[in-house]
Amino acid sequence: MATRVVVDPVTRIEGHLRVEAMLDERGVIKDAMSSGTMWRGLEVILKGRDPRDAWAFCERICGVCTTVHALASVRAVENALNVKVPPNAEIIRNIMFLTQQVQDHVIHFYHLHALDWVDIVSALKADPAATSALAQKVSPSWPLASTGYFKDLAGTLKKFVDSGQLGLFQNGYWGHPAYKLPPEANLMAVAHYLEALKWQKEIIKIHTIFGGKNPHPNYLVGGMASAISMQGDNAINMERLDYVKTLIQDAMQVVENMYIPDLLAVASFYTEWAAIGGGLGNYMVYGDVPQNGIGDVSQFRMPRGVILNKNLSDVLPLDLTDAGQVQEEVSHSWYQYPEGKTALHPWDGITDPKYSGPKPPYKQLDENAKYSWLKSPRWKGNAMEVGPLARMLVGFASGSTDHKEVVTEALGALKVPATALFSTLGRTAARGLETKLCVHWLMAEYDKLIANLKAGDSATADTSRWEPSSWPAEAKGYGFTEAPRGALAHWIHIKDTRIENYQIVVPSTWNASPKDSKGQHGAYESALLNTSMADPKRPLEILRTIHSFDPCLACASHVFGPNGEKLAEIKVR
Amino acid sequence: MESLLRKATTYDVLREHGIDRRQFVKFCTMMAGALGLEATVVPQIVEALETKPRLPVIWLHGLECTCCSESFIRSSHPIAQDVILNMISLDYDDTLMAAAGFQAEENRKRIMKDYAGQYVVAVEGNAPTADGGVYCTVGGETFLSILEETTANAKAVIAWGSCASNGCVQAASPNPTGAKPVRKLISHKAIVNVPGCPPIAEVMTGVLTYILTFGALPELDRYGRPKMFYGQRIHDKCYRRAFFDAGQFVESWDDDGAKKGWCLYKMGCRGPSTYNSCSTFKWNNGVSYPIGSGHGCIGCSEENFWDNGPFYERLASIPVPGIESTPDAIGKVAAGAAVIGVGAHFISSVVRQAAQKQEKDETPAKEEGR
Repeated sequence: MATRVVVDPVTRIEGHLRVEAMLDERGVIKDAMSSGTMWRGLEVILKGRDPRDAWAFCERICGVCTTVHALASVRAVENALNVKVPPNAEIIRNIMFLTQQVQDHVIHFYHLHALDWVDIVSALKADPAATSALAQKVSPSWPLASTGYFKDLAGTLKKFVDSGQLGLFQNGYWGHPAYKLPPEANLMAVAHYLEALKWQKEIIKIHTIFGGKNPHPNYLVGGMASAISMQGDNAINMERLDYVKTLIQDAMQVVENMYIPDLLAVASFYTEWAAIGGGLGNYMVYGDVPQNGIGDVSQFRMPRGVILNKNLSDVLPLDLTDAGQVQEEVSHSWYQYPEGKTALHPWDGITDPKYSGPKPPYKQLDENAKYSWLKSPRWKGNAMEVGPLARMLVGFASGSTDHKEVVTEALGALKVPATALFSTLGRTAARGLETKLCVHWLMAEYDKLIANLKAGDSATADTSRWEPSSWPAEAKGYGFTEAPRGALAHWIHIKDTRIENYQIVVPSTWNASPKDSKGQHGAYESALLNTSMADPKRPLEILRTIHSFDPCLACASHVFGPNGEKLAEIKVR
Repeated sequence: MESLLRKATTYDVLREHGIDRRQFVKFCTMMAGALGLEATVVPQIVEALETKPRLPVIWLHGLECTCCSESFIRSSHPIAQDVILNMISLDYDDTLMAAAGFQAEENRKRIMKDYAGQYVVAVEGNAPTADGGVYCTVGGETFLSILEETTANAKAVIAWGSCASNGCVQAASPNPTGAKPVRKLISHKAIVNVPGCPPIAEVMTGVLTYILTFGALPELDRYGRPKMFYGQRIHDKCYRRAFFDAGQFVESWDDDGAKKGWCLYKMGCRGPSTYNSCSTFKWNNGVSYPIGSGHGCIGCSEENFWDNGPFYERLASIPVPGIESTPDAIGKVAAGAAVIGVGAHFISSVVRQAAQKQEKDETPAKEEGR
């Protein structure tokens, strides 16, 4: 064993993540640790609050994947109180959900992940005319592709570099041998980095229309607060809906004519990454985009299911209420369980944070001890990967026509077999393919909203259970969604109209989790194993694989139920 | 200052981007408009951007959710690209920077050394102080120690959002990590508090462009907030205010009043007690704001707003509208009578009119303040 590579902070992610990798003498990663280095304690803070307020607290778990925790939270409360939201509210939530998915994925690709594949400094050498030719070949329908456009951009870039103040681009791994794109492709990518930055603030206006602001739009237990009045100018009306439609149409252009072509073009230079970074091979999806109420799992556009050991011929069912399925361990996490407990279902969750890591400032963590603020969630004892790749695989393996079409098309374009999906490149590609599905579903949901309004239904909220006096003395529920980064669920216990216990199991906790009691690595750790590094001092390969998961650590690091009280007796709806 | 002067100014960079002087002056005029400044200050802005090098900014992330960064990149005037490439030099920002690991920390340390006394530290999030700060570490060091180290030689500190300004959600009761806002941890520096969860995008960029333009921090109120953005309550400028005055309220979600866009006060709206620009600038380039989309304000820019709930419980009492335009004026004008029951508020139009008259009398002083 030769080298220990420490990457802390892992940048271009949300929150605080540390990675330590142990390399052999040939520079191949033989062991890896993923450590969440922040903890905020939101579930403790939720205790005793009004359940109708919970969405606002939960939404602040994350401002990058804003909305998803609010959505999971209102669904958890509605599940507990047996509230069925009106169709319009369900569709508006779907529209907001899909908007988030599209915007977040595009930002991830261009602003968080692209610099792992794109060498900005190399772009300085690009010939504008050749870049224009390349751009028109890669995406004939994207308008900003003239020689003059790229000439201006090259000039901008040169002056920026010459100014000596490199800002965000200072000290990147420029010139690293693992960068493979020609200068023209790099320049085109820089152009689209900036175009995507301009565009992301537009698509998100859909949240502002229905939720009043973004980040952190408003949700409501029982439906949505944005009333609809087609005969008035002070609620959702034709003007607002036209605005939404226009934003969706623009998003479709960006995804179809910029993101997907860029993704395929970049991927074609890095096909060796289709054999690197696969990791666990276990995938889990809760599912979302309901078509007949959140209770009807069979009618989700994003199907639910589990795949083990890359076996696409067998999609297993999962049940969030089964105490034997989703469980969490703390054997390598800075928490403690009572004697004899190793794995607990979230409804039996215990909070007892106990930091036992080295006193800061420290140089390294101990892989044999506790080393993270993240717990280790497991499904029937298996470490799982969640996120866009899991969703595309479960959709594909479940026989969803939408999923099959985009996956088959992309594999054909890249001339790679289906096994290429189990990789760093597959993960990055799956996110793009999912974005394509989402932007089309976005328009489909919009059309559904219009059809429902034409049928005379303008209701957006069910207020029958709004008043706490209408609630049972005690109720328990759960809510779930598919956050951009994967399967997310909230569990709530309401007692005497207040939150008795609130628990959250988050996608990045699944993916970034430390080892469990059996020594099984989490998804990040597993995906790093056997990766060969060209230059351990510039760990570009580690960033590629970790970023392919789109880490979100503010989400992942939180605290579980306050005191380990047994909650399982109440019937769950 | 020498090391700064070697660098290209904002105007140099813009000019080299093919932007001519006429366009540049137009840009400065628009910026003045965005900042709510008189046309007479345009030459000052032009002068400032022509002669000043890009301001080095270190953007730290503590306990937070990154909603402030997300809001920042939603800015429409100026757009984030212009801020990052042409106005400031964003030399450290975990969320966006290319470098990682020790190379990232090298960037921070280099700016601290090369630009001592000249860089601005923008803080997103806050620092946990319990248990020796172990609840947030970066590069093996506690965020608390990084915050102290990085601000030591800073020219000024900007506390982005409610986390850095007030503590926000992780500091809500019982505050398990002992999270504290920047002003309670750093005492030796000028701090601009820009609260909100998150702050409005153009408020964030507006604070930066103001600093670049005038070479000074904006005028702050007693809570350290820029008066230009936090001087008035949302309620005072809300387009649904007329319904409040007329006694027309949403009584239940999705009722007739909701469809007509009536006042959300009875649904718990915190507009009457929240100082922010939401009802004037609105969000995401003026598209809407929470009240405009049918949900009450939750007061996210106010201190301790998480513990002033439940959010759907109406305010028991509200400050009299129309009396004060700045927090300072509350004391001056209304003294102990700043807060009276809402019932009294309904019927006391006489009081209100008197108050409005008083506000008018105060106008010259206000203008001076700007």
